[in-house]
Amino acid sequence: MRKLPQWADVVLVPLISLLLAALVAALVLLAIGQSPTAALGIMVEGAFGSANGWGYTLYYTTSFIFTGLSVIVAFHAGLFNIGGEGQAQLGGLGVALVCLALPWPHWTLALLAATLAAAVFGAAWAAIPAYLQAKRGSHIVITTIMFNYIASALIVYMLVDVLRPAGQMDPASARFPVGAKLPALSDMPFLREFFARLNPDGTPRLTKAGVAMYSNVPANVTLFIALAACVVVWLLLWRTRLGYQIRAFGKSEAASKYAGINPVKITMIAMLISGGLAGMMAINNVMGSAERLLQNSAEGAGFIGIAVALMGRNHPLGVLLAALLFGFLYQGGAALGLNTTIPIEMRIVVQGLVILFTGALDQMVRMLLVWLFSFGRKAAV
Amino acid sequence: MGATANGGRQETAAPSPYAIELKGISKAFGPVQANKDINIAVPRGTIHGIIGENGAGKSTLMSILYGFYRADAGEIYINGKLTPIPDSQSAIRAGIGMVFQHFKLVQNFTVLENVILGAEDGPMLNTSLAKARKVLGELSREYEMDVDPDALIEDLSVGHQQRVEILKALYRQADILILDEPTGVLTPDEADHLFRILNGLKEQGKTIILITHKLREIMEATDNVSVMRRGTMVGTVKTAESSPESLAELMVGRKVLLEVEKVKATPGAVVLTVENLRVKDDDGVERLKGVSFEIRAGEILGIAGVAGNGQSELLEALGGIARATGRITLKGVDLPLVGLAANGQTRREAGIAHVPEDRQHLGLIMDFSAWENVAFGYHNDPKYQKNALFMDNDALRADTEAKMARYDVRPPIATLAAKNFSGGNQQKIVVAREMEQNPDLLLIGQPTRGVDIGAIEFIHKQIIALRDAGKAILLVSVELDEIMSLSDRIAVMFDGHIMGTADPETTNERALGLLMAGVAGDPK
Repeated sequence: MRKLPQWADVVLVPLISLLLAALVAALVLLAIGQSPTAALGIMVEGAFGSANGWGYTLYYTTSFIFTGLSVIVAFHAGLFNIGGEGQAQLGGLGVALVCLALPWPHWTLALLAATLAAAVFGAAWAAIPAYLQAKRGSHIVITTIMFNYIASALIVYMLVDVLRPAGQMDPASARFPVGAKLPALSDMPFLREFFARLNPDGTPRLTKAGVAMYSNVPANVTLFIALAACVVVWLLLWRTRLGYQIRAFGKSEAASKYAGINPVKITMIAMLISGGLAGMMAINNVMGSAERLLQNSAEGAGFIGIAVALMGRNHPLGVLLAALLFGFLYQGGAALGLNTTIPIEMRIVVQGLVILFTGALDQMVRMLLVWLFSFGRKAAV
Repeated sequence: MGATANGGRQETAAPSPYAIELKGISKAFGPVQANKDINIAVPRGTIHGIIGENGAGKSTLMSILYGFYRADAGEIYINGKLTPIPDSQSAIRAGIGMVFQHFKLVQNFTVLENVILGAEDGPMLNTSLAKARKVLGELSREYEMDVDPDALIEDLSVGHQQRVEILKALYRQADILILDEPTGVLTPDEADHLFRILNGLKEQGKTIILITHKLREIMEATDNVSVMRRGTMVGTVKTAESSPESLAELMVGRKVLLEVEKVKATPGAVVLTVENLRVKDDDGVERLKGVSFEIRAGEILGIAGVAGNGQSELLEALGGIARATGRITLKGVDLPLVGLAANGQTRREAGIAHVPEDRQHLGLIMDFSAWENVAFGYHNDPKYQKNALFMDNDALRADTEAKMARYDVRPPIATLAAKNFSGGNQQKIVVAREMEQNPDLLLIGQPTRGVDIGAIEFIHKQIIALRDAGKAILLVSVELDEIMSLSDRIAVMFDGHIMGTADPETTNERALGLLMAGVAGDPK
């Protein structure tokens, strides 16, 4: 295959894909009689124009970082983990069990224990498909998809029959104790100023009770764990022996056998890490935002993680940027539905287009660029 | 080089003496100029050889002639007439037939069905089959190509399968036959028969283009030979007026030592003992059927044989890749043959290095950089670890650069991905990695397959040097020349058995060829 310069492959291809998606989205908006520029303005304003907007955008970003990292770790081992959704739900169960177990004295302790539980539960849910793949050759795509459904059913059972407090009507766990409440980003000392300035007059807007209104933004301290996870995953994959073996196994199973890399071990470890990362998403949504376990807690973030990984080129830095983009699309799309007559489904259309162009049609853009580049070369000669 | 009159575009009364003329053919793949202004004229009724190192552009040129690629520039004349060939259908219409290195036959069809495949006369097969049976009978008689038209392809030997490919081309009324590396999978006897067939075809006025890297075949079979080097045609000479040495020099651009220089081996203590080794493949078919031998320190045991007779399984069992039964002892210590303990890591720790037959599939991760590949299989080696957590990538890169310098890997860029090196340089990376581990036993399979002449010379020298350093070497190769020039003892494999052993000093190709065909000797 003819090659592109690396900068074009890493920067230009996703950028052009994104522009194409935006172009088609604009055409759709024109077709339904709306102004694309106005819509874009509302999306940007909705996602980045206020403390609340930032709060939600970063909240979604945090979730997508975890699920995106989950997908890339498995992918580097040549495994397509589509079970992030179920693993994140199980992670939520782990978080709920830990948070409800004790009257936690301080959030840091609760966070530590809950993170561990989320990772262990997520990893455990990935372990079964991983074992079936490694030992029996059952295809991981099929089994992880099926395990998403089993996870849903299991969570419903746990919520309805085990975790639901007596007398409560909805299928949900009890609210977590106050000691397990994670600080919102707007409450962090060094970010308080940033969120405060986002309000038009530069001062924090207060409720009648005198509490800053932004204090309930859902983005929370988990964001920093997500950022740390990006670094750890990068170190793992490109600096450790385990990462070396994972990548080698993912590139060529036959060659790995020649090198004496144990396929069962690598499949298991990669999937445990992948499941653990997906599970860790639950500290963001279950512990940091909902503060109790609800049905369908992952809300599709497990699947968005696949798109994030695709767009992020299977690199943690790419995942971070793609997660931010999808966070913007999520929150900006919600603002569209809230503030305009544009149907809320438009947000799904836009997301779909982004996934289509950055994920599925990415090769088309690359071929176009290769052609353009060869043209440039010929002209130079 | 005979070019026709300048007004070659117009039909002239006198027919051109050339079956094929290529004029100014150029083809680039991105920045790589695969063919650069190639001119070649092939006289009708001759066998024309094309030789060149790997990546010299032979296959690209033939693919253009057969319509797989379109040339960026240049013209193709068939029998003196300008003939554009945009696809392989046009090539077939122009009377060109191609016999690929890897046959394109349907394994569970009969010979007859394969011959008419794609050339049926109508929706009903009966008439086509009857016609093909008649034509096939005539062709077989004419060219001594007896093939049972009702045999299934999977039941035929490789040599017969190749004949079916030739018959396919002839059935499509090809006047020009292109054969790409036709003898790679044949025993010497089968190769001789092939050349008899080709001579018969030549006498009937057919034109044959033979692509090969084996100088011996060029000398034996061709009338003229064109030499390619790095995308250009460096010359066309009459075979009778050339010599292997002069052709090799043309190919490489410098003098090449064709004979391996070595002193007589001085074998020491037994290093490897193999007793009754058996291997089954994934389908449960026994591929290695009880093989026993030993190798001493400071000697090379060459395993000859046609590909697919158990040599691969032997290497894989010794290298810890395939499960086996029997017994393998290295320096008096039994090695595990089954279970978790039998793997590539434990074999390396025991002192076995392995240059696999298929470097691109097994020996390298093609997407990994050279330095990552130098650690491949030795990634647990303490010298590549920075601490308990991290690998020492800097040390690894430095180590790779040193190895690349010692083994003359070009370009010497440690961060370049393995896939971006030529076949010969990829092989040098693998050879450097395995030999520099200072193993007690080196397993080396097809050390020079797809490797250019310059690199072959280098790799052969390295193998001899390792032997002289007192190491035991198991050499597996389908190239008889290579086996005969490197080995201190030769064992020939056929159908999972060792058919017999020979002394390279006293044996000859014919005797080995009989063993390779399973004719002489008794399976032990």
